[in-house]
Amino acid sequence: MSTPFRTPSGGRIDRATTVEFTFEGQTLTGHPGDTLASALLANGRHQVATSIKLGRPRGIAAAWAEDPGGLVQIEEPFPEPMLLASTVELSDGLVAHGLPGQGRLADVPDSARYDAVHHHVDVLVVGAGPAGLAAALTAARAGARVALVDEQSEAGGSLLSGTERLDDAPALQWVAAAVAELAASPEVLHLQRTTAFGSYDDGFVLALERRTDHLGAAAPKHVSRQRVWRIRARAIVVATGAHERPVVFADNDRPGIMLAGAARTFLHRYGVLPGRDAVVFTTNDSAYDAALDLHRAGVQVQAVVDARPEGSPRRREDCELAGIRVLSGAVVTGTQGVERVTHALVAPFADGEVGASTAIGCDLLLVSGGWNPAVHLYSQARGRLRYDDALGAFVPGEDLDGLSVTGSAAGVLDLPGCLADGQRRARAALTALAIPPAGEDRLPAAPEPAVPAAPLVLWRVPDTSGADGSTSFVDLQRDATVADIARAVGAGLRSIEHVKRYTTIGTAHDQGKTSGVLTSGITAELLGIPVQDTGTTTFRPPYTPVAFAALAGRDRGRLFDPERVTALHEWHVAAGAVFEDVGQWKRPRHYPQPGEDMAAAVLRECAAARTGVGILDGSTLGKIDVQGADAAVLLDRLYTNLMSSLKVGSVRYGVMCGVDGMVIDDGTVLRLAEDRFLVLTTTGGAAKVLDWMEEWVQTEWPDLRVHCTSVTEQWVTFPVVGPRSRDVIGAVFPDVDVTNEAFPFMTWRDTTLDGVPVRLARISFSGELAYEVYVNPWYAIAVWQRLLEAGRPYGITPYGTETMHVLRAEKGYPIIGQDTDGTVSPHDLGMAWAVSKKKPDFVGKRSFARVENQNPLRKQLVGLLPVDRETVLPEGSQIVEFLADGQLPPPPVPMLGHVTSSYRSAELARPFALALVRGGRERIGETVHVPLNGTLVPVEVTGSVLVDPEGARRDG
Amino acid sequence: MQLIACPWCGPREEVEFSYGGQAHVPYPDSPAELSDEEWAHYVFFRDNTKGRFAERWNHNAGCRRWFNAIRDTTTYRFESVYRLDDPKPVTP
Repeated sequence: MSTPFRTPSGGRIDRATTVEFTFEGQTLTGHPGDTLASALLANGRHQVATSIKLGRPRGIAAAWAEDPGGLVQIEEPFPEPMLLASTVELSDGLVAHGLPGQGRLADVPDSARYDAVHHHVDVLVVGAGPAGLAAALTAARAGARVALVDEQSEAGGSLLSGTERLDDAPALQWVAAAVAELAASPEVLHLQRTTAFGSYDDGFVLALERRTDHLGAAAPKHVSRQRVWRIRARAIVVATGAHERPVVFADNDRPGIMLAGAARTFLHRYGVLPGRDAVVFTTNDSAYDAALDLHRAGVQVQAVVDARPEGSPRRREDCELAGIRVLSGAVVTGTQGVERVTHALVAPFADGEVGASTAIGCDLLLVSGGWNPAVHLYSQARGRLRYDDALGAFVPGEDLDGLSVTGSAAGVLDLPGCLADGQRRARAALTALAIPPAGEDRLPAAPEPAVPAAPLVLWRVPDTSGADGSTSFVDLQRDATVADIARAVGAGLRSIEHVKRYTTIGTAHDQGKTSGVLTSGITAELLGIPVQDTGTTTFRPPYTPVAFAALAGRDRGRLFDPERVTALHEWHVAAGAVFEDVGQWKRPRHYPQPGEDMAAAVLRECAAARTGVGILDGSTLGKIDVQGADAAVLLDRLYTNLMSSLKVGSVRYGVMCGVDGMVIDDGTVLRLAEDRFLVLTTTGGAAKVLDWMEEWVQTEWPDLRVHCTSVTEQWVTFPVVGPRSRDVIGAVFPDVDVTNEAFPFMTWRDTTLDGVPVRLARISFSGELAYEVYVNPWYAIAVWQRLLEAGRPYGITPYGTETMHVLRAEKGYPIIGQDTDGTVSPHDLGMAWAVSKKKPDFVGKRSFARVENQNPLRKQLVGLLPVDRETVLPEGSQIVEFLADGQLPPPPVPMLGHVTSSYRSAELARPFALALVRGGRERIGETVHVPLNGTLVPVEVTGSVLVDPEGARRDG
Repeated sequence: MQLIACPWCGPREEVEFSYGGQAHVPYPDSPAELSDEEWAHYVFFRDNTKGRFAERWNHNAGCRRWFNAIRDTTTYRFESVYRLDDPKPVTP
């Protein structure tokens, strides 16, 4: 298969190997070393897609990430949208098609691996062009720990795109020697295909390494596809080069119109002629290199159109020797063509006035409006930019602590200048780090560059096409034109940030790499102000798009968040438990038997706990060991009730409030010794309560002799619940006198089981007679099995969190965070009894006396019983009331409160709910309404304790 | 990502830390003697300083210690860190 635009020799491609790829259904060939863009151009294909809004044909306009034209969707080897043909390395079997601005995510899971590595260095050099290589060599020779990252497939930067010579040999020989020297330096990490995409505080840089993308379908599965490098550098040298800038003119978006430097890259690096008949339109000397190189490669250069009145006398001479026509003081005013440019319209240009145009036939129109330093990383680190009049570009305007910019990224545009500047910046960085430079640190000899003629700053050619700027494209990806900027300015927008958002310029895939500065320049022109007053929009990471998969790395799926399981997890799984997430914990929600849904299982489990015996894995309960001579003092200050009066061997329920008097957690406290307590918290509140204790101990009461330690994972907890629980505990722990007299409610006892220490506590979260069994997790399964064995005669039934919730709700026990929301005081919960009146102070006490907290119309916890005895009210339902005349108040209907917990009760044989209701306790006995599915469900307000309000069952 | 110099552990990444609000706001000696308004100022009101601000920080994914810092709220720069038992540094 022929690739008609491939040069006979040259380039960095492997001509001995041919790879096949498919574009828009057409099978084409290329070589390893090609990008998708260079391979398409080698096949004579310029158009890649149509534009997002206008459907205009668009093609490859640049050779790397600044390309605003060549957006593609990859289908094989893995579907991926929104990539640039210019940055996709060609691999065998690649299947792609062009994208009109928007892509399609894969509908199959990405099986590739992504990972991240932390790396610490003295000096990070970003960019392996001449300046970056010089900087990296200087730092490496001094023995510094160095990282050099570069986004291309190989080092060399701009040297890959040209014919420069160093040390009297092709410059790439020096590049190869430099790479070899760095590879031999033990303290140097050199990464290619690695884009530093964000620079952050204190020398932190994120870089994305594309490790296997270029291998296509042949990528090994065991190697991560992409890797995020999290580099912390003491000094950063930014050598990221410069992006060529186009000039805007009418119909400047046709395929075949390309940046001049890109054409040089396609020629020298990929051995591709981007056309046969070229017109070169420039405002500076650099495009002459492209004209002359293409001419030497056999391209007919029809004309060099130089907007400068005098052009470049020296380069004109070069062109005349080659027989290339140079039109100075001329511009391209427009183009013709359907799917590809066929003519450039060229007109004289003087003092901003355009003369009559002539059509020059061409299939390639190269454009250069100067060079914009790639200052992204510097800007992201909050470096201020300065507009350089001579360059017509924004350059770094200050020295940053720990970050310097070198080479063309700093506005140095000649080779020896870049090499010397790279070395100088690296030496300055070493000096700042007190690392002495090496004695031997030679730079290669470079020919002294000719002084270029001064460039002309030209943002746009006046539109003489009659389209009034509406076909003069500034941002090709967004189809945004000079007319759009004029409309924005006409609408009164002055800030470049506002113009950006009004026109959407710079918000597409390329983030304004070619359009950003043009927009500043054109906006300044339209406003009649200097461009430095317009400035640029803010540069934000990432420099180039980064896949979310890469950022997620290994933190996805099961590794996204730690999963905590109890020592009984395998047993629960085997028992067919349905799990729910409680914080990071996996807890059994219920244990359905064959044919049971959750409602049926929960009714069965509840009945067992209320009439026989049930058992729960409560190991996730938070446990904090509070020790020290002042342990009781601390608890007295943090709980609303008195803990210091608790006797050793006893247990007390307590409520904890914030300084605002609102409940933050509740739980029971076991006094283990005079100076030692075991504080039990809610599952979700365990970490928060420990932090809360630490905060007060460290910041307010450092004089307290007390230590707080999490022991949540040191004890498993099994509540054995129900009227037959005493029989079960008595059978398993014969050494313990389980009678009510010897082991009363709210006490704990230590015992042993086959030598294993076990703690038992008479704590009930269900209102039933209950014993909590605490044991070391190593013995969890053995003790659990013994309890099940002993309970078998009584039909012991394992139950899950759903049954636990029903049982506690029937008793009106609130769940902090479900029945409360941070605006609920103990009094609102009906727990004034748990608030000490004796203690002079505790956290939250003063707030209880605030006027608002005395308001009788505060929302209070009450029970609700749907009158139809059938409806299970959805949790979160709002509660309303009728007016005295039986009508609803006019909208907006005032809300009385909301349902916080709602279940079906086996004991009550009807559904019930807990709710926070304004002045709720005063409303007990009233009927209020809950809007549900377009109807109003009448519900009776009751006290919050619906089962055994006398508390007769707790002692069995 | 910023580095924060924990007085106990040295420089660590900011994700290891949590913010604790304004420093040097002691718990009142006798809350019961305060008016509702005075108490509300302790509970709810904090300075909203532009520039140097004395703050509490907790190295909660590290040594779990609280400490104080002077930080510039316009640049995010930590100018100094100090232990809770150190006096507030005099800043210019």
